[in-house]
Amino acid sequence: MRFLVMVKSNAETEGGIGPTTEDLTAMSRFNEQLSADGRIVFAEGLTPSREGVRVVFDGDAEPKVIDGPFAETKELIAGVWLLNGESLEDVVELMKRTPCTDPQGGVMEIRPISE
Amino acid sequence: MRFMVIVKANEDTDGKGPSAELLAEMGKFNEEMVKAGILLAAEGLAPSSEGARVVFDGKATPQVVDGPFTESKELVGGFWILQCRDRDECIEWIKRMPNPGGEHGEVEIRRVAEASDLENMTPEVAELEGRLRAQIAGEA
Amino acid sequence: MTVADTRSTVETVWRIESPRLIAGLARMARGDVGLAEELAQDALVAALEQWPESGVPRNPGAWLMTIAKRRAVDQFRRNERYTEKLEEVGRDQRLGDGVLPDFDAGLDDHIEDDVLRLLFVACHPVLNTQARVALTLRMLGGLTTDEIARAFLVRESTIAQRIVRAKKALAAAKVPFEVPEGDERVARLSSVLEVIYLVFNEGYSATRGDDWMRPALCEEAMRLGRVLAALIPGESEVHGLVALMELQSSRAKARTGPNGEPVLLLDQDRSRWDRLLIQHGLAALTLSEQIAEGAYGPYSAQAAIAACHARARTASETDWVRIAALYEGLGKLQPSPVIELNRGVAVAMAYGPEAGLAVVDAVAGEPALKDYHLLPSVRGDLLQKLGRLEEAEREFRRAAEMTENARERAFLLDRATAVGS
Repeated sequence: MRFLVMVKSNAETEGGIGPTTEDLTAMSRFNEQLSADGRIVFAEGLTPSREGVRVVFDGDAEPKVIDGPFAETKELIAGVWLLNGESLEDVVELMKRTPCTDPQGGVMEIRPISE
Repeated sequence: MRFMVIVKANEDTDGKGPSAELLAEMGKFNEEMVKAGILLAAEGLAPSSEGARVVFDGKATPQVVDGPFTESKELVGGFWILQCRDRDECIEWIKRMPNPGGEHGEVEIRRVAEASDLENMTPEVAELEGRLRAQIAGEA
Repeated sequence: MTVADTRSTVETVWRIESPRLIAGLARMARGDVGLAEELAQDALVAALEQWPESGVPRNPGAWLMTIAKRRAVDQFRRNERYTEKLEEVGRDQRLGDGVLPDFDAGLDDHIEDDVLRLLFVACHPVLNTQARVALTLRMLGGLTTDEIARAFLVRESTIAQRIVRAKKALAAAKVPFEVPEGDERVARLSSVLEVIYLVFNEGYSATRGDDWMRPALCEEAMRLGRVLAALIPGESEVHGLVALMELQSSRAKARTGPNGEPVLLLDQDRSRWDRLLIQHGLAALTLSEQIAEGAYGPYSAQAAIAACHARARTASETDWVRIAALYEGLGKLQPSPVIELNRGVAVAMAYGPEAGLAVVDAVAGEPALKDYHLLPSVRGDLLQKLGRLEEAEREFRRAAEMTENARERAFLLDRATAVGS
């Protein structure tokens, strides 16, 4: 089974400030292990929403393009993994071990891929 | 460049799969992107009731919250990852997409970070740049 | 929309639509790609003029094609020289009644075949490699002359001339607008793959200081490969080339160290390998293998080697036995001392330094390797592993002298010193 793990944004990720060198190293090691275990289908960070757009479709009308940034920081996505896993519980347990040194904390949403 | 195109869902569409008609149209659209050589990934997500959130709140163990998350304004229904020359090209493709949400649909397009993005913006670098800017401003 | 916004949209639409537009027009113009491009450019100009007022049409491709055909009919009426070329368009029109038929219908029917024909024509061997590359990027990549020039570090006028001459050469040789069959198809397909891989390598060799266009070439090459794979899905070497490019590309971020120094594959941080490209590359390779039923061509063989590395979770888990066997197969397809040298490295890793050295020494005297610093470098490494330290040191020093790259020289001298101590 495969699962999409979405890391939610915060003020820093939206500000384009990446992780500290320490955090990058810790994350790197975490990813290396995931990779070595054959877990990773892909892993990507997303640039801040100010670089993004939304496209809104309304019936048959010409789609509208709205520039970022978007206000609901905590609901936005900062990064994603697509992981191989046995079950939701399996992947949840795995991701609980993500190194997260941000004192403000963080949120991840994990959803099974509809196969 | 790589772009993630996030298809939004809402209470009505959360995991309820597209109609046969929309499925067929989306299939054709995906096919066009394959023929153009730009499609790197395309997936739909199971309903949020089958998902979970892991909340890191500074406590020793992260908390796990089960779905559904339909109260969320930013529910994700599916995504694509596309290779495009620039953001304009990605937008142009997405404008041709069949309306993903029946009457009202929405997608978000975000550029995937590359190595240069990550290297350039560690907090240390950002702080250094901030200090430099302040210094220059002070000397002006 | 502002005029500037519209211009930007026109340029973006052009990149997406121009290959199909030119391909369709080329068929109508009996293979005259020069004329096809002119007509397409006319349509582009019309879009730049009209869309700021009328807005961007919902189906921009069809709009452009309609305008291009209208221009073609105008030319046909005015200039008998075009009569021959545009007979097919003429037949479509009821000349003089001013009513143009519905161009959307049938737009897609032939268009895939036409794009394939266009690609084969752009890569025709009557053109030299540079011309083929320029024409392909222009007509199938939708790149501007300026973009192509920046990518290849030459002047825009140079590329413009290359393209003009290429079109003339195709016309002079009366190259037909068709996809060849039989034996000719094999050779011509090989020519197409060569062009695509050349573009890829140009991009892959780009360094960080280079213009943005150079690394973008890798993506464009992969895209063209995928386009071709979708057009002729039954060709194993096409999938093989796509696999090779994607797997090589997957390592791009791990290739350079913090100070810009090159990092050898075996030393690379594998967490920096692009897993999405690895997935794609492995899938393309599997497809290639299924079609060819295990018989590798040169691109799929190289892809299979790259796949061995991609699948190894750590360097120590690399399947060197398989790599050695694949190099042996590749060597039979494309005999080359460089391939033998690589095979020697793989054999050493799989079966021990003595076996590896035997393979390397068999080609050590080849003139092709005379100035190839990797030969003494590899020999030095194997000799060191065999405990023949004096010889190893000599080889590392010899290799250091032969390389032009300052960092590599330093690295090799360090190895020489380490062996000597």
